[in-house]
Amino acid sequence: MGISLDQISKSYKGLNAIQKVTFEVKPGELFGIIGPDGAGKTTLFRILTTLLVADSGTASVAGMDVVEDFIAIRKSVGYMPGKFSLYQDLTVEENLQFFATIFGTTLEENYDLIKDIYEQIEPFKTRRAGKLSGGMKQKLALCCALIHKPKVLFLDEPTTGVDPVSRKEFWDMLKRLQEKEITILVSTPYMDEAALCDRVALMQGGQILEIDSPKNIVQKYPKAVYEIGAKERHKLIQVLRDFPNLYSVYPFGEYVHYTDNRNDLEIPELENYLKSKGLSEIYIGLTEPTIEDVFMELARK
Amino acid sequence: MSEENVIEVVELTKKFGAFLAVDAISFEVKAGEIFGFLGANGAGKTTAMKMLIGISKPSSGEASVAGFDVYTQTELIKKNIGYMSQKFALYDDLTVRENITFFGGIYGLSRSTIKEKIKVLVTDLKLENIIDQLVGALPLGWKQKLSFSVSLLHDPKIVFLDEPTGGVDPITRRQFWEMIYNAADQGTTIFVTTHYMDEAEYCDRVSIMVNGKIEAMDRPKRLKEQFEASNLNEVFLKLARNSKSD
Repeated sequence: MGISLDQISKSYKGLNAIQKVTFEVKPGELFGIIGPDGAGKTTLFRILTTLLVADSGTASVAGMDVVEDFIAIRKSVGYMPGKFSLYQDLTVEENLQFFATIFGTTLEENYDLIKDIYEQIEPFKTRRAGKLSGGMKQKLALCCALIHKPKVLFLDEPTTGVDPVSRKEFWDMLKRLQEKEITILVSTPYMDEAALCDRVALMQGGQILEIDSPKNIVQKYPKAVYEIGAKERHKLIQVLRDFPNLYSVYPFGEYVHYTDNRNDLEIPELENYLKSKGLSEIYIGLTEPTIEDVFMELARK
Repeated sequence: MSEENVIEVVELTKKFGAFLAVDAISFEVKAGEIFGFLGANGAGKTTAMKMLIGISKPSSGEASVAGFDVYTQTELIKKNIGYMSQKFALYDDLTVRENITFFGGIYGLSRSTIKEKIKVLVTDLKLENIIDQLVGALPLGWKQKLSFSVSLLHDPKIVFLDEPTGGVDPITRRQFWEMIYNAADQGTTIFVTTHYMDEAEYCDRVSIMVNGKIEAMDRPKRLKEQFEASNLNEVFLKLARNSKSD
């Protein structure tokens, strides 16, 4: 009774937004769709929330078909779109009351579900939604999406444009909601947020690259990843590209991530090569691959 | 790379009524340095940056940008800096060539210089096939690379980047950082504002603003050591939690 998609495709003006997407989200799961802008995340959300009809394929949400049972689905899911879409000139309280009324419920009826979140914005309940800070808007939008106690919650890029403190708070809130047996589908362009989900689908260009738990995805990475640093960072990348046994090199924060074609890279050999090219303050060490390493490897295939 | 300071800020302050949005911040940025200017929403980043680019007058303190004073030489500052953000990008309904020509004109470049610049960009970015296409039809990654190149058209000493790589796929993002490294190698100072800490990890040095003050400033590596954190996100959370203000 979670979410199920079978071969869902959608194109706009001949452009494939999503192609044959198939996956299942288990009831009570916190499932992440991780991918950059243009991956097809929003199209997928709009199909599952019955706002858009797929060209082909079938999908169901909480056991209901997205085409046949669209009215029933709308009553039993919560959707927080990527763009802030509450009424800017209604107050915090008025927005909540409005959404409660639309769904035939009251703020009091499901108060325990939103209590944690609502308490944080309650001091501002008479403020107009348009005048709230980014973090508070996001909390209000989440309250409105939860007011009718949905079975499935859809969150489209809830943390885009939000600072690290609010992002952390938001993910903590999701974890607590999950304990209340709500199935959550959340999308994000930020790879580091993948680790916070039970399972994730990595998506690019309308296709799923991989689906698994974040831990398994990283473990499947076939190569040893070396982090390499040098005083001359830009030159380091160029020099590594000319190394005969290079498989890949990418800037990665203050280091670069390097993988070798062979399984038995000798660090001194690489170090001597870099020295011979005039690099200084060289550091080479083994590191754990990240979701981003995996994503890039899958995307380049 | 010269050791000249391209940005010098001393006790720069901005008050709105009784509210201290920027509270006596001081820092320097060298030529060719990639400097990350970080802070939570509402920490005062944008206010500080507006003073540096000459569109907001400080309440007190001193600052010079590209050698020009932020009180008296704001027009000269604007001519000598580049700016790029996701919100202010290229015109979707102009072609790549038209966009370059338009922004070149805005920056006061001559027709012949603009033609020369287009030639160089076509070669460097391999634009042969897209130079006469509408920008709106290009993938986001292309738009951002172009937008960065356009911000460098007039050879500014400093370019201000506002969350430059948000939403871009990981491979394109890294190509973008390589472009930034390249510009920095050639002596352009890069001033990055962002609240995505993984973007900040690419900077040579970062400052973290909390409630109007710069609470930490160093190389990412040293900050991580100092705060016993495995990444800048943790550093940021440790600093910002001490003073929640939402």
